[in-house]
Amino acid sequence: MTYIGQPVKRVEGADKVTGKAKYAAEFNVPDLTYGYVVSSALVKGKITSIDTSEALALPGVLEVFTHENRPKTAWFDMNYKDMDAPPGSPFRPLHDEKIKYSGQPIALVVAETFELARYAASLVKATYEQEAHETDLEAHLAEARDPAVGVASLLKPPPPKPRGNADMAMMAADVSIKARHVHGPQHHNPMEMFATTVEYGKEDKDGKPYLTIYDKTQGAYNSQLYVAQIFDLPFSHVRVISPYVGGGFGSGLRPQYQLFLAVMASKALKRSVRVTLTRQQMFTFGHRPNTVQEVELGASSDGTITAIKHDAKAATSQFEDYTEVVVNWTGMLYDVPDTTLTYKLKPLDIYSPLDMRAPGGVTGDHAIETAIDALAYELGMDPVELRLKNYSEKNWTEGDKPYSSKELRACFYQGAERFGWKERNPEPRSMKRGHNLVGWGMATGIWDAGRLFARAEAILTVNGKLRVSSATADIGTGTYTIMTQIAADTLGMPIEDVIFKLGDTEMPLAPFQGGSMTISTVGSAVKQVCEDLGKKLLKLAGKDAKSPFYDANWKDVTFFDGELRLKKDPHVSMKLVDIVALNGGRAVSETSTSMPNPLVSGKYSKHTHSAAFVEVEVDEDLGTVTVKRAVTAVAGGRIMNPRTARSQIIGGMVWGISSALQEDSKMDHNYGRFMNHNLAEYHVPVCADIHDLDVIFVEEHDDIVNPLGAKGLGEIGIVGMPAAIANAVFHATGKRIYDLPITIDRVLY
Amino acid sequence: MNPFAYSRPDSIDSAIDELVTEPAAKFIGGGTNLIDLMKENIEKPSRLIDINRLPLTDIVELPDGGLRLGALATNADTAYNPLVKERYPLLSQTILAGASPQLRNMATNGGNLFQRTRCYYFYDTSMPCNKRKPGSGCGALNGYNRIHAILGTSDSNPLTTCIATHPSDMCVALAALEAVVRVEGPNGERTVAMADFHRLPGNEPQYDNTLQPGEIVTAIDLPANGFAQHYNYLKLRDRASYAFALVSVAAGLELEGNTVTNARIALGGVAHKPWRKTEAEELLVGKEAVAANFRPVAEKLLEGAKGYGHNTFKIDLAKRAIVRALTEAVTMQKATPQ
Amino acid sequence: MQTTLSPPAPVENASAALPALGTVRLTVNGTAKTLQIAPWTTLLDALREYLNLTGTKKGCDHGQCGACTVLINGKRINSCLTLAVMHDDHEITSIEGLANADGSLHPLQTAFVDHDAFQCGYCTPGQICSAVGLMNEGQAKSEADVRELMSGNICRCGAYPHIVDAVTEVMGIEKQA
Repeated sequence: MTYIGQPVKRVEGADKVTGKAKYAAEFNVPDLTYGYVVSSALVKGKITSIDTSEALALPGVLEVFTHENRPKTAWFDMNYKDMDAPPGSPFRPLHDEKIKYSGQPIALVVAETFELARYAASLVKATYEQEAHETDLEAHLAEARDPAVGVASLLKPPPPKPRGNADMAMMAADVSIKARHVHGPQHHNPMEMFATTVEYGKEDKDGKPYLTIYDKTQGAYNSQLYVAQIFDLPFSHVRVISPYVGGGFGSGLRPQYQLFLAVMASKALKRSVRVTLTRQQMFTFGHRPNTVQEVELGASSDGTITAIKHDAKAATSQFEDYTEVVVNWTGMLYDVPDTTLTYKLKPLDIYSPLDMRAPGGVTGDHAIETAIDALAYELGMDPVELRLKNYSEKNWTEGDKPYSSKELRACFYQGAERFGWKERNPEPRSMKRGHNLVGWGMATGIWDAGRLFARAEAILTVNGKLRVSSATADIGTGTYTIMTQIAADTLGMPIEDVIFKLGDTEMPLAPFQGGSMTISTVGSAVKQVCEDLGKKLLKLAGKDAKSPFYDANWKDVTFFDGELRLKKDPHVSMKLVDIVALNGGRAVSETSTSMPNPLVSGKYSKHTHSAAFVEVEVDEDLGTVTVKRAVTAVAGGRIMNPRTARSQIIGGMVWGISSALQEDSKMDHNYGRFMNHNLAEYHVPVCADIHDLDVIFVEEHDDIVNPLGAKGLGEIGIVGMPAAIANAVFHATGKRIYDLPITIDRVLY
Repeated sequence: MNPFAYSRPDSIDSAIDELVTEPAAKFIGGGTNLIDLMKENIEKPSRLIDINRLPLTDIVELPDGGLRLGALATNADTAYNPLVKERYPLLSQTILAGASPQLRNMATNGGNLFQRTRCYYFYDTSMPCNKRKPGSGCGALNGYNRIHAILGTSDSNPLTTCIATHPSDMCVALAALEAVVRVEGPNGERTVAMADFHRLPGNEPQYDNTLQPGEIVTAIDLPANGFAQHYNYLKLRDRASYAFALVSVAAGLELEGNTVTNARIALGGVAHKPWRKTEAEELLVGKEAVAANFRPVAEKLLEGAKGYGHNTFKIDLAKRAIVRALTEAVTMQKATPQ
Repeated sequence: MQTTLSPPAPVENASAALPALGTVRLTVNGTAKTLQIAPWTTLLDALREYLNLTGTKKGCDHGQCGACTVLINGKRINSCLTLAVMHDDHEITSIEGLANADGSLHPLQTAFVDHDAFQCGYCTPGQICSAVGLMNEGQAKSEADVRELMSGNICRCGAYPHIVDAVTEVMGIEKQA
């Protein structure tokens, strides 16, 4: 009876399909009031007056909070820094009269009903003094500069120093290519809009309230830290609960302003408050930044890449240096002696960007993997062949570390086989179906396989059920299910007897769910705590000198079918429920900490890889592009649950299609405002856009990444897709389209 | 959303009376656009007059061979109506190319005529917009105008400039079919040809149509000729479904052999109203139904088109779409992916 | 030929008084519910905020995502774009009303779990209600029809292939080669 590796159905599935699963705005709190945010029309300047009298005159409106009357909060920047804050000075809602970006919250109306709050918000009138603003990255590229370095740099290393002389090598190369790519900003747009419900509880002797906060977040502890620091509340007074998250994709890595506003209002009014952002307001905080990239490749005529230059310039806000890893991937994939990788930022009058599914990876990969395709055409080589010829066995950007595992070759071979790549006529415009041009393209994908520190608790109850918990999140990734599988296997229990809980600061600490690290981080902690609980149970079972387990050591026993057994004689066993009974009527519990051993894991470079193969149809008369089918082969270590794993990769592939063909937050630089701020005009795919998607998981064994041998899959699915699609469009049309998304107008003109 | 009163009159006459008595009131049918606009504080009616229970849902045959579509028949019921499917397949196809199944189940035929533009600047009350707030300027003219109009725009006076488009799909087919809108009001009944129902922005972009105070649309009449043998609705958009048109073409042809005897072409997504030009259609009559003869028609239809930067591509795209739409109408082989 | 008429004068609403509460009787999942609400309460907010039926989701509040899909007299609609007061004698079915009284799931609910047709689960109630409506409509004959006619429900997690698998299985539609 093992569950790991089996396609176990989602344990929370029934709750999700019946509507029982509760999200942040859905907790039924008595005596609730509703907050509605008023957003700035201006992009930069200051508020000269703000008139709330009409709103306040309405019966049922409790308060209108603005910078003029907001309650005092912490003074220092440090207090506003959440666990994912980049270097800089975090945005403070309603802090003062200054306007830093379009859509900035300038008031919160709190009323007895949602409808009343919404109406009253429309009556708040602000006047502004405007200042000149800069929102156009392309107009200010020359001013881009090196990013500030901070704690975030540990997870997001800056580019390595140039090695060799890329310029010289480029000149000496037999063939070379050069390209420039412009990517627009994108917004995460999870289906659930950001919301916080604050339940105002009793007050302590100093009048400090106990708050129960239902927040849309990828990390309950991060929200707790943020609230406690800013509002001067002890951690014991701030409980953050987030059992279900209606999509994150990175948007919930940092506390968003509705959390601040809801807590502020609740504390000031001594009432429970719910603040839900509108879809339009979902375009007024973090986003994937726009970038401009330049890539140059040089190669000898046999296909050996001899020179690489990859430069990226990205937008950030005026108050924080948000960075992502854009160009380093190029060095990881192609170990070329003469390489220069550079990355710079240009601060603009926008909100700070924020990690969005495979941040930087999907951006940089599109550029380098499109360039590799172009180089393959210059050389007259098959693009898979070219990649195999320049396959990197070590990661020079991390000091020539070997990869802990890298089955990318298998991804190429198996993906190509499944897709039928050998049938491809490499000649552009050579393949047709009806009057549509058909194109086949492929690309490599790469992402991190990181691991952080986490804690977990396991309790074996008196009736023999196992309850495991850790304050991680399940943003749809399958955490509930996979942690249950790990716990059930570790203690040999039927899965029905195991329950895993998450998303509550009453539970042991876990980092936010991000970076495809949850299985590695929390999964390891769950395994650890279940083993530690098992040791405790063994001790309990062997307490009596007459027990067959009296002399047994941990290595002598196994847990199977709800029993503790001796390995050498499985008939010698004790039911777990009977072992608990020896604990004097009390449950047996354990809490453990798990973290990577840097002495071992630090010697290796740890990554997931993929190969994406795509077929597009292009209607050349009308400029439409349809992804008819795609195969992604993934090397992601051990696959914990093929059912949820497939969903992760399929979802990533849909995101890749979205990124390549549809998504674009369109800013009007006259007003410094994103104009298509709704789901009718910010396009993401609908069902009709998505055709045949196939996923292969190649065998990959990895003892280094973590005790489970599993790498995360949340991001790798998107990474290779945009380049594969762009390459397929080139194959179909003979036209290289460098910028994303590839819309009708870009295909035609 | 502002506060408003709600009433549900039990007859067309009392509905009209209510609107005459309270001019700031509005009729609500499916509500799919009106409620949306109210949430955005763009429409602020003092009262919603719920006309959904009025007996205007029937689709009936007319003595002249035409069909009368009740104003309150839903878009879905219309598109799937056997008579519509058989005799006006262009209309059926066009309706089904618009919105989503849920919205088509709510939206009414009458309401569809009153859809307001999707212009970003109209929809964002922080932005200037002469249509929403006359005299406030047009943000789109020098702004992000990829979805905006290329024909019949008003761009000479900053205080009346408007380059918004009409967003309906259904109305494009209705224009091609020369439907007639039936209207009742305080002064009795009248009919309005589709061509005259919507208007160009001119000096008063705040007005989308020519309806008079107190008037209600009761039905849309389709003439007998449904162009049911050779028709096509081609819609180009940024995703395969559930998106507004960048450019759309409703085309109907009558052929004798391979010679065109009658042609109708209306464009969506390019102007403040469905765009038709009878001179362009007449160019085809008597000609062979081949692409070479479609191109001059496309040129004629787009005569005077003007781009504003981001939307300039629409001029050529519309021409390509016209040629393709007509080509497909001849062969009745739908080859366009979306 | 119709004479061209000059357009009507614009009318600005002057009403600032708050709307009076009224009694609205809704039949939700077969149960009669009486609410004291103003006309400005949407059906979606009535379900979520007044009846604590939070299975119906608010994903955009503007009819652009489908998360709020419920069935009115068996037809799927976006509950965010209609007012509760407009539905006082209609049969409203939300996700909470699909499972049988004994708790056993509707075949579509089972199929969604079996095919892993969701990730975060937020669009799921709307997807399932939409699929029920799709089946009631009887217009979808092929997998391509299902894809087109399920396009009023956005799934940001990108579970579309599995949603199509679940829906076609329950409808008995053959998978395309």
